[in-house]
Amino acid sequence: MNRDVKIEDPTLRNDLGSEAYLRMLTIRRFEEAVTRLITEGEVAGGCHSSVGQEAAIVGACMALRRDDYMSGTHRSHGHPIGKGSDVGPLMAEILGKRTGVCKGRGGSMHLTDASVGSIGESAIVGGGISLATGAALTAQVKRTGQVALTFFGDGAANEGVFAECMNMAAIWKLPVIFFCENNGYAATTPAVRSHGQPDIARRGDGYGIPGIIVDGQDFHAVYGVTAEAVERARRGDGPTLIEAKTYRFDEHSIGLFLGDYRTKEEVEHHRAERDPLALHRARMTADGFAEAALTEIETIVAGRIASAVAFAKESPFPGPEEAFELVHANVIPIRR
Amino acid sequence: MTDAITRRMSYFDAIGLAHREELAADPNTIVIGEDIALYVGGGMGDVDAGRIRSAPISECGFAGMAVGAAMTGLRPIVDLTIANFVYLASDPIINQAARLRYMTGGQFKVPVTYRASMWHNRSNAAQHSDRPYPMFMNVPGLKIVCPATPADAKGLLKAAIRDDDPVLVFEDNDLWGMKDEVSLDPDFTVPIGKAFTHRAGSDVTIITVSGCLRHALRAADDLAADGLSAEVIDLRSLLPLDNEAILNSLGKTGRIVIVDAAHRTCGAAAEIAAIIVEDGFDLLRRPVKRVVTPDVPIPFAATMEKPLYPNRESIAVAVRSLF
Repeated sequence: MNRDVKIEDPTLRNDLGSEAYLRMLTIRRFEEAVTRLITEGEVAGGCHSSVGQEAAIVGACMALRRDDYMSGTHRSHGHPIGKGSDVGPLMAEILGKRTGVCKGRGGSMHLTDASVGSIGESAIVGGGISLATGAALTAQVKRTGQVALTFFGDGAANEGVFAECMNMAAIWKLPVIFFCENNGYAATTPAVRSHGQPDIARRGDGYGIPGIIVDGQDFHAVYGVTAEAVERARRGDGPTLIEAKTYRFDEHSIGLFLGDYRTKEEVEHHRAERDPLALHRARMTADGFAEAALTEIETIVAGRIASAVAFAKESPFPGPEEAFELVHANVIPIRR
Repeated sequence: MTDAITRRMSYFDAIGLAHREELAADPNTIVIGEDIALYVGGGMGDVDAGRIRSAPISECGFAGMAVGAAMTGLRPIVDLTIANFVYLASDPIINQAARLRYMTGGQFKVPVTYRASMWHNRSNAAQHSDRPYPMFMNVPGLKIVCPATPADAKGLLKAAIRDDDPVLVFEDNDLWGMKDEVSLDPDFTVPIGKAFTHRAGSDVTIITVSGCLRHALRAADDLAADGLSAEVIDLRSLLPLDNEAILNSLGKTGRIVIVDAAHRTCGAAAEIAAIIVEDGFDLLRRPVKRVVTPDVPIPFAATMEKPLYPNRESIAVAVRSLF
């Protein structure tokens, strides 16, 4: 359980399931707000929605401490939220504002928030894998007790750097968790057409790394296997490869239709039967969690998202001169 | 710089000394690269084995790991050995190291050093002989140094390791055996971004990159015999460039020859020539002259390879053509 969890209502505090619901719902509502802002013309550039993958994201993030390292991908709005980020600066970043978490220099594909251990969301597919493996090297050399988790997709598993880093993590027993969100498609290419065998987790075997497959739509399942991998890494027993089988409800990029690479029936089936939020909410109700408490979480989330959107909209854009700042550690004149 | 005692040592041993001093000075400094446990002049000294990572042949992987390690508190020195292998590591160097400070709005610094040796002029053929520094001059966020003397090999490498930005150190393998006096002061560094005038002169400026310095100094001797006074300036750093030193010298001489062992098209010399034409056109008494490597892949046979690079004779010929 993440000890940094903060919920206003004391009855909800320290309850893993309710905190997970809050974070998963925050991701869902955040992505919905981003989609609205795109249609309103407030967002420049492409955005990749995490809707459908919330349980995998939050299950992994909540198994980490706030100071554990994490790297993400182009589809990474959810990762900092899952780790506990303030959504205001994230939304402001997506709108390219000066108050954005990266001061308007990163945007949707780079919502890096160091305050929750994020060391970068890479829009180079697989780029975050080596960064997190390096952060794990720091934790080992400095004996800090931290671990690093890298989120990547099924597409990134076909980058050479994934193999290189798994091997180095294995030989040096680095405290890193390779966490694959396998949503079945690399943009439009089905995983079945781009992988020699369907289970990415089995690749761990080739490097002496435990490979675990988990239902990515089930928060508790993901949390459980990730917590175990984190414990193993902290003990000094080395890396784990986790493959969460999940599904992307939206297109590769919001508003971008790339053709009929998957059937409507398949998408509808996942939305109706495999929605991680609906599954989680139903489970909480079945477990006797009060409807009023769930409604309170939903109210909290709606308020946070509304505030974030207002904050982002009201914030100023950076000036053209700011493009020349933060290039180097020291001031080096840059010719206009 | 101080007046601390010096010792005569090779360029290669100066690199090893810089490693040992920086590893001893800062427990966050680590070294990662292929075969390094038995490598780098004189070994790494008595440090925790965990700080010396002899890596598998995975340049892209460990170059990227070094970025993540640098962002989280270490100062990695990455040994990419032969300069052509930098291409395998160029994705994390360019897409990550160079721009993560910027992309994260300054939340992170990336104090990583990448070393590579340019093994040209010794019949190692086209995949082991590159001088790739110009390609990286086109990458904002990086710093690039090219030491041309044993003292600079130590001082620039130490400055690179201590710098909070990613620095590429391109060494000239032909210089590894070169010996000269090197400071033993553990705090001796050579500032990044400052050129050094090795020989003062009044008739022509010869700007050099890396190992071209020694050829230029010999050419300057030959030219002096003809009554031509050449000023020889080693740039030492390519990012940032010391524009001031170039233009000040041009102001004295009015003639300039740029000597750069990289290929002609978009080489370091091309950028320097552009700066001169933009900012120093009125100082020029004659056109800018480049002595560079022609745009051919490096051949194996020495009879074809050796004449391709700038040398004492070709530099002198270029200078004489300006008079």
